[in-house]
Amino acid sequence: MLLQISEPGIKPLKPRRIAVGIDLGTTHSLVATVDDQRPKVLEDGQGRVLLPSVVHYRADHTVDVGYEAIAWQNDDPENTFVSVKRYMGRGRDDLPETHNAPYRFADVPGMVQFETRAGTVSPVQISAEILKALRERAIRALGDDIAGAVITVPAYFDDAQRQATKDAAKLAGLEVFRLLNEPTAAAVAYGLDQAAEGVYAVYDLGGGTFDISILKLTRGVFEVLATNGDPALGGDDFDRAVYDWMLREAGISAPNAGDARRLLSAAREAKERLSEQDSAPIIAPLSDGAAVRCTLSRETFDTLTSDLVKRTITPVRKALRDAGLSIEDIKGVVLVGGATRMPCIRKAVADFFQQPPRVDLDPDKVVAIGAALQANALAGNRGDDDWLLLDVIPLSLGIETMGGLTEKIIPRNSTLPLARAQDFTTWKDGQTAMSIHVVQGERELVSECRSLARFELRGIPPMVAGAARVRVTFQVDADGLLSVSAAEQTSGVEAKIEVKPSYGLNDADITRMIEDSYKHARHDIEARRLREQKVEALRLIEATEAALAEDSELLSADELVVIHENMRILKETSDGNDWEAIKKAADALNEASTEFASRRMNHSIRKALAGQKLEELDA
Amino acid sequence: MTPEATRNYFELFQLPPSFQLDLDRLDRRYREIQARVHPDKAAHLSDTEKRLFLQWATLANEAYNTLKRPLDRARYLLRIHGVDTREEDNTAMPPEFLLEQIEWREELQAAVALKSLTALDGLAARLRKEMNSLLGSLATLLDVERRHPAAADVVRQLAFLEKLGRDIDQAQTELEE
Repeated sequence: MLLQISEPGIKPLKPRRIAVGIDLGTTHSLVATVDDQRPKVLEDGQGRVLLPSVVHYRADHTVDVGYEAIAWQNDDPENTFVSVKRYMGRGRDDLPETHNAPYRFADVPGMVQFETRAGTVSPVQISAEILKALRERAIRALGDDIAGAVITVPAYFDDAQRQATKDAAKLAGLEVFRLLNEPTAAAVAYGLDQAAEGVYAVYDLGGGTFDISILKLTRGVFEVLATNGDPALGGDDFDRAVYDWMLREAGISAPNAGDARRLLSAAREAKERLSEQDSAPIIAPLSDGAAVRCTLSRETFDTLTSDLVKRTITPVRKALRDAGLSIEDIKGVVLVGGATRMPCIRKAVADFFQQPPRVDLDPDKVVAIGAALQANALAGNRGDDDWLLLDVIPLSLGIETMGGLTEKIIPRNSTLPLARAQDFTTWKDGQTAMSIHVVQGERELVSECRSLARFELRGIPPMVAGAARVRVTFQVDADGLLSVSAAEQTSGVEAKIEVKPSYGLNDADITRMIEDSYKHARHDIEARRLREQKVEALRLIEATEAALAEDSELLSADELVVIHENMRILKETSDGNDWEAIKKAADALNEASTEFASRRMNHSIRKALAGQKLEELDA
Repeated sequence: MTPEATRNYFELFQLPPSFQLDLDRLDRRYREIQARVHPDKAAHLSDTEKRLFLQWATLANEAYNTLKRPLDRARYLLRIHGVDTREEDNTAMPPEFLLEQIEWREELQAAVALKSLTALDGLAARLRKEMNSLLGSLATLLDVERRHPAAADVVRQLAFLEKLGRDIDQAQTELEE
């Protein structure tokens, strides 16, 4: 594969900041980077690019990740975690299929947790192990620490699942530049490679998730018009369908955990073979010495999985409708995800869109490559010629109102980032607190939507009932993550907000987990904080210097002196070893350049529109 | 000019404040602004700048969406002219319009009872036509005759129809599931 993104003769002025794109997949994960203007998927020591998303916990609390963990799957299924992405940001009640899983679930509210011989672990920690392995792979391959990462998530992931992914990255010691939707990442890779223009559909069937995104590609802008999907539908379910059929064929009702694992592996192998052949022989030895022997034909496979294939078409239809488009408007359909190698999927997609799908890029790598391209752009390695990604929120956000009903505050498929302010009032004299329950989903009943969090507002000035006007602002950032702020309007008092995530971890949990991982080495935490603050200080100094070089005429002589002085202090402090002092100096410089930053924005927007007007005159 | 201080969305995109709008030009200017203010452009910048970019990009999206959607654009124009559409408390409608509403609702219920996606699609298409004709009269009232209170009446009627459209959409979604 050759991506046409190199610009001969143009070299970045600054030393390149190494940035990686990570595809954190249900069944396998990848890491890619842009090296010498070309995206490249990084290999492990043995030349393999796919890292199986499998984590095994040993008795001594060390972990195996990837192929080493797979080796434990049959013998130690309770402590070997596969497809953990399905559990991210999910409660036990969300996961009806878990009765098949060999894990011991901890009896906890909120996100599921597992009992292992190394203690209780959450899906966030397990995912962090996968991310750590990829981070180490990148450091080994590139010979330097990485400045940051773009991590991909299914477009249809809700806020809790996104937050869980970001938390996992934090635990793995990664600076997250951005969470990027998988189909959007694929569109970036495809669009840049093929210089595509027009409206495209990206059909992304991964190991455990299905996404459909409709994008408009125009001159360096990737605009998502609509997205839809099924967060619990993927290649795994096709394996499961074959597995269930094998049990019926062999007359087995309740296999033990080891046998179940072996049969499932055999089912997956058979499925993969059917992408090349018309029939696949299956031989799976059992623990009692017997073996399951059968032959799976492609016809049988297609019958077993036809409902699953159909389940992908409903979201496709919805996304088209939300985009206000019909099939004729779609210029091309890009297939992403290993599961799209199945002939039944290719046929269903071709039939629905009335055109053969595009398979120019490796469906396993295209997401990681798109993420790497975006990471490189975000790291500031490209300059002004980069592209613009306009993505959307996949599911509506609402708040609970009287009678358990949802009031939508942000409709699905709105372009990010976005904010919505809503006024609330008190209903009791002297009331100083109130609670807002935020849910995500399309249904009218709160109980049928996903609970995201309860926001407890405190510190509202006491007034008579109905007199306070509390303006609550819901802000969703470019990653699709929600934050909430609130202020009482008549007094201007900012309310304190405590967030109680329904399926997530709070900041204290994350801090505890990070500290746990350094349990026996207090100075490691300090060392990490110092390193982080130094990197941050360096970044801030570079950014400020670049801003001054460009726009210092926007400042008066006095203002210039203040910024220079703060910058000098930060430079001096960051040579030392006191992370708190560095942080203070960085905050001071940030504060001192707020007005400057604001003027630069205005200047930049004016310049942009002036350029536009000239172009329109020329046209 | 800070994001909060930008009161006029037309000024932001440097477009004349009228209901009939050059949508291609709006699109281009929106993209040009987002190319400068999107948070992705601030990933390597300071926290202050990150916050500013987020605020600006949020404002640009809000402004673009308001001007792009005809009904929101009309509401916004009326607000600039000091006319409140009072959609929450003013429910006075011409009787023939209300009768029509009842008929639409009955048809929607019938289509849901029949579980007919085709009937729902047909209903949605007719509704779009009806709305387009009202949007046509809105353009005359706002840009030519400048009869703002009359325009506010049409906005209220359109809001009714838009709600009906959302209900049709919801019915389609639920039927497909």
